Amino acid sequence: MKARFLPLLALALAGAVHADINVGVTLSATGPAASLGIPEKNTFEMLPTSIGGEKINWIVLDDASDTTRAVTNTRRLITENKVDVIIGSTITPNSLAMVDVVADAEVPMISMAASARIVDPANPKTRWVFKTPQSDSLMADAIAVHMKANGVATMGYIGFADAYGDGWLAEMKRSAQTAGIKVVAEEKYNRADPSVTGQVLKLVAANPDAILIGAAGTPGATPQKELVARNYKGKIYQTHGVANPDFLRVVGKDGNGTVLPAGPMLVYEQLPDSNPIKKVAAEYINAYEKKFGTRSTFGGHAWDSYLLLNATIPAALRKGKPGTKEFRAALRDALETATVVATHGVYVMTANDHNGFDNRARVMVRIVDGKWTLIK
Amino acid sequence: MDLSIAALLTQDGITNGAIYALLALALVLVFAVTRVIWVPSGEFVAFGTLTLAALQLGKTPGTVGLLVAMAVVAGAMEVIACVRTGETRRIPRSLLVWVGLPLAIAAAVYALAPLSAPLPVQVLATLAAVTALGPLMYRIAYQPLAEASVLVLLIVSVAVHFALLGLGLWFFGAEGSRTPPFSSFSFSVGAVHVNLQSLLVVATSVLLILALYLFFGRALYGKALRATALNRVGARLMGVSPNFAGSLTFTLASLLCAFCGVLIGPITTIYYDSGFLISLKGFVGAIIGGLASYPLAAAGAILVGLIESFSSFWASAFKEVIVFTLIIPVLLWRSLTTTHHEEDE
Repeated sequence: MKARFLPLLALALAGAVHADINVGVTLSATGPAASLGIPEKNTFEMLPTSIGGEKINWIVLDDASDTTRAVTNTRRLITENKVDVIIGSTITPNSLAMVDVVADAEVPMISMAASARIVDPANPKTRWVFKTPQSDSLMADAIAVHMKANGVATMGYIGFADAYGDGWLAEMKRSAQTAGIKVVAEEKYNRADPSVTGQVLKLVAANPDAILIGAAGTPGATPQKELVARNYKGKIYQTHGVANPDFLRVVGKDGNGTVLPAGPMLVYEQLPDSNPIKKVAAEYINAYEKKFGTRSTFGGHAWDSYLLLNATIPAALRKGKPGTKEFRAALRDALETATVVATHGVYVMTANDHNGFDNRARVMVRIVDGKWTLIK
Repeated sequence: MDLSIAALLTQDGITNGAIYALLALALVLVFAVTRVIWVPSGEFVAFGTLTLAALQLGKTPGTVGLLVAMAVVAGAMEVIACVRTGETRRIPRSLLVWVGLPLAIAAAVYALAPLSAPLPVQVLATLAAVTALGPLMYRIAYQPLAEASVLVLLIVSVAVHFALLGLGLWFFGAEGSRTPPFSSFSFSVGAVHVNLQSLLVVATSVLLILALYLFFGRALYGKALRATALNRVGARLMGVSPNFAGSLTFTLASLLCAFCGVLIGPITTIYYDSGFLISLKGFVGAIIGGLASYPLAAAGAILVGLIESFSSFWASAFKEVIVFTLIIPVLLWRSLTTTHHEEDE
């Protein structure tokens, strides 16, 4: 009888002696969100292996952009790997599904997905949840402000027929209403559609002053090219979802003049030296581009989650040993009061704001001759 | 909606429909001869576009690696089969066909990649590379199971689809590509704007369909395939090798899919995983033709293209719902009007 418990006892002792910090990561390196997940995965490969003198084990799993897999990964990381903190997932549906799991296990989580609902303060479960990317609402406000300043009175919208497109439409309608801009046409399309001629004809027929394309990655080029082919003369806006070099490659010269909000790291070279974000972004991007080629803003979200941990783990270490409930609770408390300069902006976390970004986390960018150009 | 919008939508629908029609023909062809529901056809379309896009960027397309890997596997399977049946004399010849030929194509494409050759040469290289994958896939995945039931073959198809999907992500990456248009020339007929690109797509499809018609009607190999489709055992008794018929069918079908990929590249952005949805629409067309009639399948595919185009104008959020719901009345109508023969297995 006693012999049975010996291995367990040995395990428990071993756990107490080797107090490494285990960080569980689940991201979408394959499946529809792969273009977002791959630069994140690359970023985790270049992270340092110790913070505050403690060894860090980064345990990275792929959830294939699938909600069920993301939840399974989260459970596995918590029960088998005994992680102290979870980072992920890449996309909103996955992150929302993971919230329940981490709240039950009382493990802090840092999401790399966009929707504000992930850290909605009205929900008690989100006490344990933080997120690094800018919320759609912050970006939608920036677009509405830019539109109003440029005399836009009516706008049209074409976006993905999924959670991303619907989320953007809802946020944009709210921001547009505040700015006194009328949304006169809204259309949907799918990522893999061979043609968006029908939707674009209808948009052009409504003749709005500006059109916003609510899409992520290279599929955002499909309606843009069609709008140019149909001689649409108004302004074209994109979301920060397209801020990667592949979009520029696919959209080609039809992208000229397009305006979009983005995280400052996209155009860090053009920021004034006084901006503290410039130095942080330069450090990350130089290291990334040396190893993996051109930058992606999505990789920046992964780096920012590391920066958050880097700033908060030393404080948490003073209150408890890694692997214990006390350490996780201390880490959560530290995250909630963290102020960190990151590649995408400056986090000022509070109990009511687990994203912590303000206007410093967005810049307006125009595509000029196939390059991102900061609008000053 | 005025006349010019209707004309534009019709033009758009027919252009996409022509591409779906090629896919529908490939699906009907494969099913008739080998009873395989060819789920991975979409991957061949995507590989076609992505190979051409890679060649235009001066990069070595991932298809080359895939071709080499599949040729090695197929060669090994051939050697084992020859040794097992004691026909060791046949080994050099099978190695030449199953390993030598694909490797030669792979080497040619590899050598061509950095040269930035003119577009027609790159298109030819793309067609050769993607077409060569077809018979290799038949040899590796389907030939050992050629006598299995339709259900087993369907399950194999699904497995091949997922395998190719994963390899596609690995070889081509997650981001999409577009190829430049073959021609940006356009002209107006009255109020209607016609661009040459669309005409080119439709003309290529019509030409390919005519070529297939002549092949099946006149050529000996075409007749052998038709015989196999009608009666496998009977054709075998007349000296048509089912293995040969299978590889020939997959060669033709993958050629059709490679053409689809080349034609659709300038129209839309293609990802490693966009092929599936495109092939599903070809499948709806093929179902309208009962997976048996070529002209009905082509007509059905054009209908799918038109419905897709008009529903994207009227109700873009429900476009896919409308297209795929089309299958239900068609199946009802077919089950009421045709007498059904159970396949004895």
